Amino acid sequence: KQIPDPANPGALDPSTNFLKRDGKLILDESDAYGVEMALQLADKAGGGEVTLVSMAPNSETSGLRTALAMGAAKAILVSDDTLAGSDALGTAKVLAAAIKRVEGADLIIAATEASDGYTGTVPEQIAALLDLPSITFAKHIEVADGKVKVQRQTEAGYDEVEADLPVLVTVTAGVVEPRYPSFKGIMAAKSKPLDEVKVADLGVDAGAVGIAGARQEIVTVTAAPERQAGEVVEDDGTGHEKIVAYLEKLKVI
Amino acid sequence: MDKIWIHAEVNGDKPATITLELATKARSLGGTVEAFAEAGNAEMLAGALGEYGVSKVYSVDIGDSLAGPAIASAMAAQIESGNAPGLVMFGSTYDGRDVLARLSVKLDRPVLTNNIDVAEDGGTVKCTTQIFGGQTVVETAFKSEAPHLANFRPKSFAAEPGNSTTAAVESVDAPEKGKVRLVERHVEERSGPVLDEAPIVVSGGRGLGSAEKYSMIEDLAKALKGAPGASRAIVDAGWVPYSYQVGQTGKVVKPNLYIAAGISGATQHMVGMKGSKNIIAINKDPEAPIFGIADLGIVGDVHKVLPALLEALKGK
Ligand SMILES: Cc1cc2nc3c(=O)[nH]c(=O)nc-3n(C[C@H](O)[C@H](O)[C@H](O)COP(=O)(O)OP(=O)(O)OC[C@H]3O[C@@H](n4cnc5c(N)ncnc54)[C@H](O)[C@@H]3O)c2cc1C
Ligand SMILES: Nc1ncnc2c1ncn2[C@@H]1O[C@H](COP(=O)(O)O)[C@@H](O)[C@H]1O
Repeated sequence: KQIPDPANPGALDPSTNFLKRDGKLILDESDAYGVEMALQLADKAGGGEVTLVSMAPNSETSGLRTALAMGAAKAILVSDDTLAGSDALGTAKVLAAAIKRVEGADLIIAATEASDGYTGTVPEQIAALLDLPSITFAKHIEVADGKVKVQRQTEAGYDEVEADLPVLVTVTAGVVEPRYPSFKGIMAAKSKPLDEVKVADLGVDAGAVGIAGARQEIVTVTAAPERQAGEVVEDDGTGHEKIVAYLEKLKVI
Repeated sequence: MDKIWIHAEVNGDKPATITLELATKARSLGGTVEAFAEAGNAEMLAGALGEYGVSKVYSVDIGDSLAGPAIASAMAAQIESGNAPGLVMFGSTYDGRDVLARLSVKLDRPVLTNNIDVAEDGGTVKCTTQIFGGQTVVETAFKSEAPHLANFRPKSFAAEPGNSTTAAVESVDAPEKGKVRLVERHVEERSGPVLDEAPIVVSGGRGLGSAEKYSMIEDLAKALKGAPGASRAIVDAGWVPYSYQVGQTGKVVKPNLYIAAGISGATQHMVGMKGSKNIIAINKDPEAPIFGIADLGIVGDVHKVLPALLEALKGK
């Protein structure tokens, strides 16, 4: 996913209440792990290539170029004005249709949740639409003998699970160390194939995506109540005593 | 709403706290509350959830797979046969999200996620969520037909018993089984209270300087009988496991006391802990945003304040 730089504070467009996505978009850091994982797995398999699939406004490609520079072979971008206001399910319908254009994909990798919208449901919805098995919250992935073996994060630890390819897997942050694109990679990325498609090209029902497909409406937007700051003191060697006094007041010691 | 369903989960041999929270909220919206659970947990959950207002637990055999496809297909089958709720509530948990996403595709319904509240207002169902690290509160109404599908952040609702009954168990068919095979479960050893249920949480951040210094956080947590936590910066750096992370993409904690040491107070961290009753922050930078929400702020070096504090607590 290509998203507005999270270093800049987010904002809602006051007229539509959609997240503002103007300005340059970058590769979501959450997806940098997935791109790296895909590159490493393709490498280990001794061949195969990584294709990027993204939906973003204004024919935005800078995030895709970053991932191409890391080593992905090609990219499909769905960019269409009618997609503004799409919700998670609408996004999943578009991405599922775009993924179908990638022939013979064995493994579809996404992040557990995006950094900007973070619904955390798009990948599993894609899997359901494509009728594929899915494994969310992977912290370790191995591919061998037509199967994927995954350590899936759980509340108590992790589950060891496996499934036959093709399968969709979502990865958590920190599973691998994303590489920095090399200068050579950046130069090579400029000439890698990047296919831009429209909703009509995908055969997706236009009424199922965009704001109409979302079937939800923001009714109020308000500032959250602020918490009041208390006492702030400089540590002059007795800071810990202030803490002890506070703990005693709370009767926790 | 005449009927609400919740997706019920367990934590070890007890109902998950989020499940009790969802049941309590669902009960407050009036009408019948029913739960869907994996077959292996259904009897235990029925015993526990009756008290929280749940009248029936649908038991779903998920085989040796993950919950998502099987439970979603069991829910969809009930709905198609005419047994439909107005709302289905999930926790924003590992399995909860899977079931929610699969069900949304089966029913072709939108989802509203990461909510902290839900209300019905003249026939319209509205969910409340926080965005931009909790600084903005957004209320969104479903415009689709029921059943509406939503998930909720842990700690959004209090868990309060209100009945003294047991729920009935009804086995229902799951037309679809997951194609992922569960090979083995690994339970990580844990000592001390669980992070999101501990009355005291002591968290460390990048200001600790190195992974070894995290032991100061563990020692302080132990001395106060609390749980150790962390900012994402040190989780991503590999100093502590992901399960320690507090914040937007980690755990939501609401302890009686939260101590933040060497944590700047990024909005994504604060959204996970600003509901704490009391907050103490230690940071060498007087401008650190964490001081803006702390009840007691110590501007100082964690390498001086924490050892002195640990020493002082030895005598207590
Ligand atoms: C989509 C998204 C989701 C995120 N989710 C989370 C999340 O769930 N949880 C989370 O925590 N973060 C999350 N983050 C990251 C967050 O934005 C911050 O980067 C992170 O919280 C910073 O961690 P930190 O406070 O430990 O590090 P820093 O911001 O680097 O702060 C370190 C602090 O330590 C202080 N310090 C340094 N040395 C000392 C010393 N010797 N003594 C005392 N103080 C000292 C410094 O003054 C500074 O304030 C998320 C970010 C994004 C974009
Ligand atoms: N518009 C998009 N383009 C590409 N990938 C996406 C898009 N939306 C979601 N995803 C993928 O799905 C993950 C989860 O998204 P979400 O469900 O929105 O939190 C993201 O981190 C991406 O890997």
